Amino acid sequence: MNTLVARYSQPAAHTHAYNADEDSQQLIQDAAPQLSLNFALPPIASTAQWLRAMTDDHSNPNVPIKIAHGTTTLAFRFKGGIIVATDSRATAGNWIASQTVKKVIEINSALLGTMAGGAADCQYWLAYLGMQCRLHELRHKRRISVAAASKILANLVYSYKGMGLSMGTMCAGVTPTEGPALYYIDSDGTRLAGNLFCVGSGQTFAYGVLDAEYKYDMEEDEALELGRRSILAATHRDAYSGGFVNLYHVKEEGWVKHGFNDVNPQFWRYKLEKGEFSNVNAKLDETSGKV
Amino acid sequence: MRGASILKANDDKTRSLNKHTLMAFVGEAGDTVQFADYAQANIQLYSMRNNSELSPYEVSSFIRSELAKSLRSKNPYTVNLLLGGYDAIKQKPELFWIDYLASSAPVPYAAHGYAQYYCLSILDKHHHPDISFEQGMKLLRMCTDELKRRLPIDFKGVLVKVVNKDGVTLQEYPEGEQMYAP
Repeated sequence: MNTLVARYSQPAAHTHAYNADEDSQQLIQDAAPQLSLNFALPPIASTAQWLRAMTDDHSNPNVPIKIAHGTTTLAFRFKGGIIVATDSRATAGNWIASQTVKKVIEINSALLGTMAGGAADCQYWLAYLGMQCRLHELRHKRRISVAAASKILANLVYSYKGMGLSMGTMCAGVTPTEGPALYYIDSDGTRLAGNLFCVGSGQTFAYGVLDAEYKYDMEEDEALELGRRSILAATHRDAYSGGFVNLYHVKEEGWVKHGFNDVNPQFWRYKLEKGEFSNVNAKLDETSGKV
Repeated sequence: MRGASILKANDDKTRSLNKHTLMAFVGEAGDTVQFADYAQANIQLYSMRNNSELSPYEVSSFIRSELAKSLRSKNPYTVNLLLGGYDAIKQKPELFWIDYLASSAPVPYAAHGYAQYYCLSILDKHHHPDISFEQGMKLLRMCTDELKRRLPIDFKGVLVKVVNKDGVTLQEYPEGEQMYAP
């Protein structure tokens, strides 16, 4: 009896692989052995405090560990599905660590996740989410809902709350039961369903362009263009965003990739052909970039 | 704002420096109006003494040098400015972005504070040097709508003034509807 009570009396968030809605009892029993969730901890009194002291470059710019941060990611729902777009820059402090990061994680053929915040945290836990989604598929003989997948991640990060995880992610997917669904999850434990999200240091710039022209009833090409232009706006103004625009369209049949394109030629195309970015006075032939 | 209360909702944070130049200011309480009045008085004094109106560029140059002097003093002004004017000789409008560190830059469009983060990407996309007055007002509406939608602060409306060849005029600007994030 006591073991039974113990099994059901803990909050959902404390069971890592807990799933939303139906079959939850069955699932808790099934998901028993966790995969590689036994982390070695440093021999100190308070790991959370120690980690903050080592990584918080806001209070101390000379911290020994600089976590890769800074990003622009966006996703929005419209009548033709969901557009997901990201930049591709990874920064650690002022250092550009990479310009070719894939910030869209393909969880399965109909589900996408985006990365913002700590690069390692996002990469690791979205890969872990991918595993849990595949296990759900094998156990239940059908694909996981976006609601359930996002809740696995939300409960997981919530169980590590205050211990220094840093991630802001979106889960986008189309399932027969839900239709197109979009969720925002961050390391505070926030989980929100919505039509439009921008995440990362460049979010405000992307919101600026996106909000001004967003309509649910857009055509597909219009929506792709708006997603691309919003990321470009952010890469132009936010020093921590840049590189390439990674564009995806999630449809009923699954997601379709619409390229991984360098921002520099795109910037010049918008400037020269459409007369945008009128504050930039440089000439194309004065720049080092070949277009 | 002193503490957490709004003391005045329709405070005019602009000063006309002469017939064709208008300065908008934000920053440390007290500093802002003190500096604006000081600049206004000195520019008018200069024009009286020398019987000549300063162009927007000349005004910006004076203000920049005053801020640069102030920056290295014991009690510097913490004021950020936007200086808009119409140059009657060049027959061109000019805009200067000036901050409390005494940077001054001529720009086609500008903002200070958090508004920069929301509005500059809109202006990057929709601004063109040759747009009409009506298109300009539409562009301003896009910006204030976005601020209403996304800024966590309710800024209780905006004051709009227009500077052109005829001088400075107060522009009627209806508050518009409540905006919600989609």
